[in-house]
Amino acid sequence: MTDTSCFHCGLPCEAEEIRFDEKSFCCNGCKTVYAIFRDNDLSYYYELEGAPGKTPEPLHGKFDFLDDPLIAERLLEFQDGSHSVITFNIPHIHCSSCIWILENLSRLNSGVYSSQVDFPRKEARIHFNPDHISLKELVGLLNAIGYEPSITLEQYEGESEKVDRKLIYQLGIAGFAFGNIMFLSFPEYFESGEFWLEKYKGLFHWIMFAFSLPVVFYSGSGYLTSAYKSLRSGMLNIDVPIALGILVLFIRSTVEISFDLGQGFFDSLSGLVFFLLLGKFFQQRTYSFLSFERDYRSYFPIAVTRLKADASEENIPVHQVETGDRLLIKSGSLIPADSILLKGEGKLDYSFVTGEARAVSKQSGDRLYAGGKQLKGAIEIEVLKPVSQSYLTELWSDAAFSKNHRTAFRNLTDRIGKRFTVAVLSIAFLAAAIWLFIDPSRALNVLTAVLIIACPCAIALAAPFTLGNLLRIFGKKGFYVKDTESLERMALVDTVIFDKTGTLTTTRKNSIDYTGIELTEAEAILLKNTLRASGHPLSQTLYQQLASYNIVPLDGFEEHLGEGLEGRLADEHIRVGSSQFVTGMPSLETGGSEVHVSSNDTYKGRFVIRNSYRKGAGKLFEDLSKVYALAVLSGDNESEKAYLEDLLPPLTPMYFNQKPKEKLQFVRELQQDGKEVLMVGDGLNDAGALAQSKVGIAISEDANLFTPACDGILDSRQFAKLNVFLETTKKAMKIIYMSFGFSLMYNVVGLYFAVTGQLEPVIAAILMPLSSISIVGFTTLATNWISRKIL
Amino acid sequence: MSVIYMLLAISILVALIFFIAFIISVRSGQYDDSYTPSVRMLFEDELLEKEPDAQNFNQLDKPK
Repeated sequence: MTDTSCFHCGLPCEAEEIRFDEKSFCCNGCKTVYAIFRDNDLSYYYELEGAPGKTPEPLHGKFDFLDDPLIAERLLEFQDGSHSVITFNIPHIHCSSCIWILENLSRLNSGVYSSQVDFPRKEARIHFNPDHISLKELVGLLNAIGYEPSITLEQYEGESEKVDRKLIYQLGIAGFAFGNIMFLSFPEYFESGEFWLEKYKGLFHWIMFAFSLPVVFYSGSGYLTSAYKSLRSGMLNIDVPIALGILVLFIRSTVEISFDLGQGFFDSLSGLVFFLLLGKFFQQRTYSFLSFERDYRSYFPIAVTRLKADASEENIPVHQVETGDRLLIKSGSLIPADSILLKGEGKLDYSFVTGEARAVSKQSGDRLYAGGKQLKGAIEIEVLKPVSQSYLTELWSDAAFSKNHRTAFRNLTDRIGKRFTVAVLSIAFLAAAIWLFIDPSRALNVLTAVLIIACPCAIALAAPFTLGNLLRIFGKKGFYVKDTESLERMALVDTVIFDKTGTLTTTRKNSIDYTGIELTEAEAILLKNTLRASGHPLSQTLYQQLASYNIVPLDGFEEHLGEGLEGRLADEHIRVGSSQFVTGMPSLETGGSEVHVSSNDTYKGRFVIRNSYRKGAGKLFEDLSKVYALAVLSGDNESEKAYLEDLLPPLTPMYFNQKPKEKLQFVRELQQDGKEVLMVGDGLNDAGALAQSKVGIAISEDANLFTPACDGILDSRQFAKLNVFLETTKKAMKIIYMSFGFSLMYNVVGLYFAVTGQLEPVIAAILMPLSSISIVGFTTLATNWISRKIL
Repeated sequence: MSVIYMLLAISILVALIFFIAFIISVRSGQYDDSYTPSVRMLFEDELLEKEPDAQNFNQLDKPK
């Protein structure tokens, strides 16, 4: 074994090191990419970042469907004669080298006019000439340099999403008006009574009025409509007192300048809207490169190859697949619908569905479920059920996936908003009523002053800034949460449920135990080289374990699909594989996968390969069990039950053989008992449970790939810190309560001025921004403080 | 006409120019991706330095 790492992809050159151009490469694929770049003067790619590349994967006609003009047309953004535009999602985009090479695509192929990368979204927008390079060739080119785009059914069916820039416009306008109005209102605060000012006061007032119009009716329109809607539905949310404040500020100011009673509160008004929108903006920024809404369509291919009666092939869009169709599934493609295997050897990877990376072998006549990926060689299948009604995809018809099942959640701010509105209105009317007896002329003044000063700007800002900041901190630590509301829900959880395979276990690392007679070196070498020739995942796993032995060419090799391997070197002969294959007897249950070995027809022993559990899983369960009720739901059989019982705290409930629907049902039943459930899962088989639970968190080895719809994506390396994250959300809620306390203090001071009828515009102009800014400062500092524990 | 009107008009005009510039920049998508340009900006310089060299070497290499 060597310590060198690949110059292109940075992975250790384990099996074979290829020297080329005085550099080391782990495989021919990486070397080829390097050669392409070098020959096109693009080696600057390697100077920007060390080992930025990725080994290109063979395509095996995976993108053949792009030759279909109808399919290609739907994917293209723009098409006009010799100019086409397409946006690809490229998961591998991760560093400045990636940006550089993709934006210099035109140097690799003259058919490409230009390309632009949107790094946060991991997208590349490419302008190209379809006469010079077809869409399929373009994808081929990207693949050849290690940047295979992901083209999914979702992209094909979905309308191209429009970028919503409304909030930026609203914020810009409010900020613009706020600044200008402040300048115009300043003189009167300091130099009242001066001759020159008196003369032009009216003009200044009306210019301020003009500036405030777009603030109220464009920037603030969201608050007005939201308040209107909430009043109509009879649920008072926080937008009601805000809208009330905005309207009262605007009307009173307009009246004041119309009758020359004063200068109005235009500066406070625009400042208020500006700060509120700033809070919204802060809360809204999320992880554009992650998708939290994925369903099976994100994994399914756009098109499949159908075999016509005369055995000719045609590419059809996947939703046109009908029962009885015969499909050709190429190596590396997904099975789109439940079907029966007709021809060929099925080697299916169901990791999309179950998170289980081990391949399953299928024979002709076996039933295949949708979602499996054919690993090696092409197979022919006959469809039993249409795509949307297959075993896996049917899950999405459950009510848990209907969009509004979670809208019932009312966030803390809105819950407070209700009480707040009632309180403010009663104070306002009470104060006005009292003034009616003292001095009726000032009653209206007091009424409006209370509504203005009590406008809950600071309250409305507390949650967005606290949770928005927390969202960002979590993101930096590898926990990507969908939105601030998900953080709020997380703080309410009392039950945590884990999936087993892929969630508690890692798909990257396996633990291998050998029992039996020790292998001689000659046997080990033979074993390694026999395994080397096989693409079976178990062979690969075992092969890596034996990496230290030499590579020698075999004299004889035979692979019995689904059973095992045979290798021959000189007069040594070895059989590796299932118990049935090696010993002729069925296997005894041990848990995990077994690989048996016999040399020259004498049985030697067996390797047991287990998924290893994530580091810290036991400790995490122990910590969590102090606060939460826990459970493990597994789609697997009970083979690892004993091992799990050892690992996890005693009496952790475990349920095995759970189908995707049963997982969903399990969560639903807990919820009917009043539990607030957090589900941690990884595969599409957990998708139902993730959607049904209060908060669904997907564990991912690589945040770019492979996560079902959820509320948060947790980097698997941070798995052991899940309890710290959950604890932090609870603390964040305390911060929000404290901020509410703070803003109430400001309100009390403001209300004193308001109810005593002495609210001058200058007091409002100082008090309102001051309260907002101090809340923003406090929440930012406090969230950083509480999250210091997450390393 | 008093000078104050002119001053006001100018100050508002200047503000409006910046405001329109802002609207145009949002509309053209400059705020959609605030990260990539910061990286891209650093490429150009180094490319300009390197490119002539690389091309020369190429021309020298080719006859061989």
